[in-house]
Amino acid sequence: MVAAPADIPHIALIDGNNFYVSCERVFNPYLRERPVVVLSNNDGCAVARSNEVKALGVKMGEPWFRLRTLAQQHGIIALSSNYGLYGDMSQRMMALLHQFTPHQEIYSIDECFLDLGPGCPNATALGHAIQSRIARSVGLPVGVGIAATKTLAKLANHVAKKHPAYAGVCNFNALDQMELNTLLASIDVGTVWGVGTRSANRLRALNIATARDLQQSNGPFLRKHFSIVMERIVLELNGHPCLAIEEVTPPRQRIQAARSFGAPVHTQEGLEAAILTFVRLASGRLRQQGSRAGALHLFLRTNRFREQDPQYAAGVTLPLPDLTDDELLLARAAMRGLTALYRPGYAYHKAGVILLALEENHQGCGDLFADPVVKRRSAALMTTLDTLRHRFGPKAIRLAGEEQATDWQGRSGNRSPRYTTHWDELPVARA
Amino acid sequence: MMLIQTPVGAGFPSPARDERGVALNLEQLLIEHQEATFFWRVEGHSMTGMGIHHGDILVVDRALEPVSGHVVVAVVDGGFVVKQLIRRTNRLILRSAHPDYPEIMIDPEQELTIWGVVRWSLHRLTYRTSP
Repeated sequence: MVAAPADIPHIALIDGNNFYVSCERVFNPYLRERPVVVLSNNDGCAVARSNEVKALGVKMGEPWFRLRTLAQQHGIIALSSNYGLYGDMSQRMMALLHQFTPHQEIYSIDECFLDLGPGCPNATALGHAIQSRIARSVGLPVGVGIAATKTLAKLANHVAKKHPAYAGVCNFNALDQMELNTLLASIDVGTVWGVGTRSANRLRALNIATARDLQQSNGPFLRKHFSIVMERIVLELNGHPCLAIEEVTPPRQRIQAARSFGAPVHTQEGLEAAILTFVRLASGRLRQQGSRAGALHLFLRTNRFREQDPQYAAGVTLPLPDLTDDELLLARAAMRGLTALYRPGYAYHKAGVILLALEENHQGCGDLFADPVVKRRSAALMTTLDTLRHRFGPKAIRLAGEEQATDWQGRSGNRSPRYTTHWDELPVARA
Repeated sequence: MMLIQTPVGAGFPSPARDERGVALNLEQLLIEHQEATFFWRVEGHSMTGMGIHHGDILVVDRALEPVSGHVVVAVVDGGFVVKQLIRRTNRLILRSAHPDYPEIMIDPEQELTIWGVVRWSLHRLTYRTSP
């Protein structure tokens, strides 16, 4: 059944262009129009590239030691990652986007879906309004893709960035069929959201080389040869939504464990207990999917619907010294965050933990200098934890008290100041 | 950032929601647009005439349209300065508030990047007595 035009869903995918680099440029005009890379924790490899660096052929995840010569030739500026800054800028950007609609799914540190509602009359103009609000309020450039499904919105976003004519906003719903078909035929099948490298190669062997080819493929046939996921992608490419907003899709780029409390919580100890539970849940999922986190975000809030109560909402992003899946390290970061955020005198209604900046475990990126013995010990402990919990239930082993850690600062040779999270590192204006 | 010459109300959100005895919160007073507000540190003495001193903390709001008369953080020669923005016939001027510092004239064809509008300057009188 074809949906009547008025009922067409409008899903927007908004993401920050070269997000980490753009965050750095907000506070450092020198970096504008110069080639800039941001390196992973411990300066291992490139995790963000400015357009100038992309043009030099530098790939995502390229180890820094292999880039040194190129960097010298072209004056590439390499910065250590500053997750405190990126996390705060991300939080600001997401809060601004939330003002457009509460139907928001934060998908990663720099991208989110917004459900603009069926039959949104001026979606393209709204996309431009979103873009200029973000540029003005936080100084970050974003791309906006709008379409009937999340998978198409991802592609629209891709087009918005690749084709300057769209000025950063591409609305598939507003294009005529011919135009859309031509665009989809120009996009490699491997670019489609959810199609992995291996699947892409197998699809090409079946003469399915572009997004347009995949759109016209036989869903049930692909389901037999790939999986139900591939059939869903085909449906999504044809404008039939299969992925709801807020539905989590693997591999996750962020893991969230959050809950509203049955009864309001007033004390720091009470929040501590809840947050340790969230850390246990989130880090279990992290290990299950074979990833490690580069940063942990913690948030608290009172019940905003009880207007008669004093209101408080706060969040903090804590960079982790190394990419880690170690529950103890994550718990320590969370407790440190709680101490920073907690204010007495409020009835807390909800709290949560989000693991960010996730990397696949096997990439081995970012731990070039980490102590291998410590790492093995931590891995063994985590395996034991998971085994015991599997056998005796998830609560069989839990963390008791938490000692304050001191060495939270990761190795970071060329980190910019934490402009927005530290009083003694504020940006400076000359008077 | 575009310059539009219309007056903008510089009011702050009413801290009057305290019928039930909630203590005053300085953030409510200082910050109107939370996501767009950033803190900056002042270095230098060119703005003392407007109560902006070396070492002060500026509350800078990016969501406001800068207009003539606003104190702004602007980009000049690749660095950030805090000055008063003045529009005079067909050119922009970044004015200091100290006799020793000359105005910065912006050529009509030169683009001026205004980073944000300064809402408050916080001046410390007494240092913390405990760490």
